[in-house]
Amino acid sequence: MSDAQPTDFDPVEPNTGEGFEPVEVFPESDDFDLRPGADSCYKCSVCDTNCPVAEVDDDFPGPKFQGPEQWRLKQTDDDYEIDDSVMSCSNCMRCDSACPSGVPLSQMHNTARGEYVEEQMDKLSVEYVRNRILSNYRLSASIASKVPRLANFAMNFGPARWVMEKTMGVTSERDFPEFAQQTFREWWAARGGADASRANAVESRERRGEPADADKKVAYFHGCYSNYNTPDVGKAMVHVFEHFGYEVVAPEQKCSGTPMFANGMLDDARRHAEVNVSSMSDLVDQGYDAIASCTSCSMALRQEYPELFDIDGIEKVASNTFEAIEYLRIHEDVKGEIESAEVSGELAQEFAYHAPCHARNQGLERQAVELFRDLDGVGVEDVGDSCSGISGTYGWKEEKYEKSMEIGDEMFEHMEHAEGETGMTECPTCAMQMEHGTGYEIRHPLELVEAAVVE
Amino acid sequence: MAIESEILVVGGGLAGLSSALAAARDGADVRLVSYKQSTLRQASGLVDLLGYTPDGEGPLTDPYAAMPDLPASHPYRTVGVETVREAMAMFDEVSGYEGGHTDTNALLPTHGGTIKPTARYPRGAAAGLASDDRDTLFVGIESMTDFDAPHVADHLDAAGVPFDVRGETIRFPGDLRADAKVTRYAKLLDTNGEVAVRGRKVPAREALAQRVNPLVEDAERVGFPAILGDDNPGAIRDALGDQMGVDVFEVPMGPPSLPGLRLEDKLFEALDESGASFETGNPIVDFDGEGHVERVFMEKNGARIPLSADQYVLATGGLVGKGVESDRDGVSEPVFDCHVPHSDDRYDWFDTDVFGDHPFAGFGVETDDDLRPLSADGDVEFDNLRAAGSVLGGYDFAAEKSGSGVSIATGYAAGTSAAAEVR
Repeated sequence: MSDAQPTDFDPVEPNTGEGFEPVEVFPESDDFDLRPGADSCYKCSVCDTNCPVAEVDDDFPGPKFQGPEQWRLKQTDDDYEIDDSVMSCSNCMRCDSACPSGVPLSQMHNTARGEYVEEQMDKLSVEYVRNRILSNYRLSASIASKVPRLANFAMNFGPARWVMEKTMGVTSERDFPEFAQQTFREWWAARGGADASRANAVESRERRGEPADADKKVAYFHGCYSNYNTPDVGKAMVHVFEHFGYEVVAPEQKCSGTPMFANGMLDDARRHAEVNVSSMSDLVDQGYDAIASCTSCSMALRQEYPELFDIDGIEKVASNTFEAIEYLRIHEDVKGEIESAEVSGELAQEFAYHAPCHARNQGLERQAVELFRDLDGVGVEDVGDSCSGISGTYGWKEEKYEKSMEIGDEMFEHMEHAEGETGMTECPTCAMQMEHGTGYEIRHPLELVEAAVVE
Repeated sequence: MAIESEILVVGGGLAGLSSALAAARDGADVRLVSYKQSTLRQASGLVDLLGYTPDGEGPLTDPYAAMPDLPASHPYRTVGVETVREAMAMFDEVSGYEGGHTDTNALLPTHGGTIKPTARYPRGAAAGLASDDRDTLFVGIESMTDFDAPHVADHLDAAGVPFDVRGETIRFPGDLRADAKVTRYAKLLDTNGEVAVRGRKVPAREALAQRVNPLVEDAERVGFPAILGDDNPGAIRDALGDQMGVDVFEVPMGPPSLPGLRLEDKLFEALDESGASFETGNPIVDFDGEGHVERVFMEKNGARIPLSADQYVLATGGLVGKGVESDRDGVSEPVFDCHVPHSDDRYDWFDTDVFGDHPFAGFGVETDDDLRPLSADGDVEFDNLRAAGSVLGGYDFAAEKSGSGVSIATGYAAGTSAAAEVR
């Protein structure tokens, strides 16, 4: 066996042998075939033990029902309506990495939720309008970032928030994230864009003793939050990749779709995905890999896109998308550089690290803790495997706020016990929840890599 | 480039964890990868060494004494009794389990009402030993059909246990769903959250104790299905016990199992402390190398992520865990394509008697004395690959009650040996 002869081993595929001829039981359809997934479920209920919502919400029947059981009900009863509890699933996707049989639970939930919103939800209801606004964060953020000072004031203006809660069901308990004075893209353009990045990469390659024309280039999917709210994360990504000799480009992009999936707004998500896939697949053809700094963005491009949409080039984009630090761990000796580095200044401290749920399916939940183990001047402590409870837009809903905080309690408690008084995570909304529950400032692991290796 | 370590363990069950722990504690740089979350939460949380001989003799009093008489192909014979003892000592140290004070098997009641010989058990099960003669009340929860307390009591009584035993069923206090998850009960009790009882808010532990109290009568100990907390089980048992004036214990349950989940947490915590790295969520599907494993590939949404190491441990599980695959054409080990001995005629794979002696139960790779898988010709397949746990052939863990012990012992042996190679 070698690289040239990949095996056809797929642990998820039902194992039927060569002579097996399947019998068509259900009528043919153009939808994604969820039947093998439903059939693989042997009802061990391990998914249910991973569900942070079922642990606190007595109205929520859990992922096993939302996924394979509801799918079967739909096949046998033409009049079956999707149970409205699907809207209480926060789309943390923990059930995916729990299932020993490879049942595509989140794909089933996303599909059912999309169908519920499309066919059963009242489009004039407050809930629908509120969810639509929350999931189209990019639109609000792009307007707000034109006038960041005014937006920062207005969005957290008490009376306005009271009205938002009463009329729209957006909780007034939370502070809206602050908009940056300069977006990542504004910074990127002012800095000289891709040409400047190429020059920096070439300089690094020379310093590192690599050929000046080395084929090292990545396309950065910064997502909305690094662009509008935390451009420092995006800048850290660019600096770190250039340090390792990579040319960075920042192609045209829209929202990854993560908040839209969680709210069943699949048409919106598809519209955004088409733009993202189109610009990324062109770059992949030219030898670029797609890199995200937000673990929910990388999750969307890698897993949710090919599970939900049939767009030209989507599989290619999925298999060439990576989380930023993961990519460096595969291709560069980032661990070695970090071991021999030392951090001083404002990031030389102890961090309370929370692994986002969406990092888990990507196998990244231990990455930050293990990478920074031997970094002098810094301590990174894992605050446990609980969910932060915010799950994107979930914790912003007035009726979900208390559940969200109940889920988050375990993390808050562990954060308080951790030595550090600064938090760390890859996920922007987990960061909001961490800050909301503890008052800590929250940093991204890329900022620490930058502090360690970029001079 | 690739993600590098000195030792790479493929598999996150008891065997993989034991081998990663053993190697890391010997100072090796270890990475453990698991396709999905560890399957330990599907396990009862009891740790068996050997309950019955392959001929069905038992329950055995002393599992160690029976090991030298096992067939030469048995994994316990491969690693030897002394290694089994060392492995269990490591397990005892990291797990905090009971039973390590003696070589003798303990007898524990199961959720089906049978008695099971086992070598180690969690502290929460300790007050439930069947050899203990204190009178016992089992309490079931109305909506938890997996645990029918009156049935369990009748069954144990018929088995001749040396104590009076009764079973009662209650409604769990509060307004929980009929299909509430075990984690819902656990969370409520862990946080001692309030539940509504007759219009009054009462902390969950108190409400549960109050409901069971009138049923206790002369019983000196009370057994619940294993739902008593995930993070604070000891505090919950103590609180319930104090309020009822009895000892409280849990009866291990089928999947999803809180005792299994707690053991999983404990072992991963120990692995973290040992300095090892680990990740879950994606499978190893392929490798490079001829007679020597150069590197393996992890599949992530179509991407092939290379991982390389000096030594590898295969701990992917057996037929249930998908570490051994079968279809109509044959039986195979899917990651490294190691040879799995089996008859060409698939009608020879099983016995027509349901509880008969099924050859498939013993399917798995054959190894040399150092746990390295052997080809059909009896040669070592890869000089740097060892196998551990139920991917090994030559034993029937379900019939013998030896699954956990073989995983711990062979995992420990493979990890120790791999660590010695990289010194």
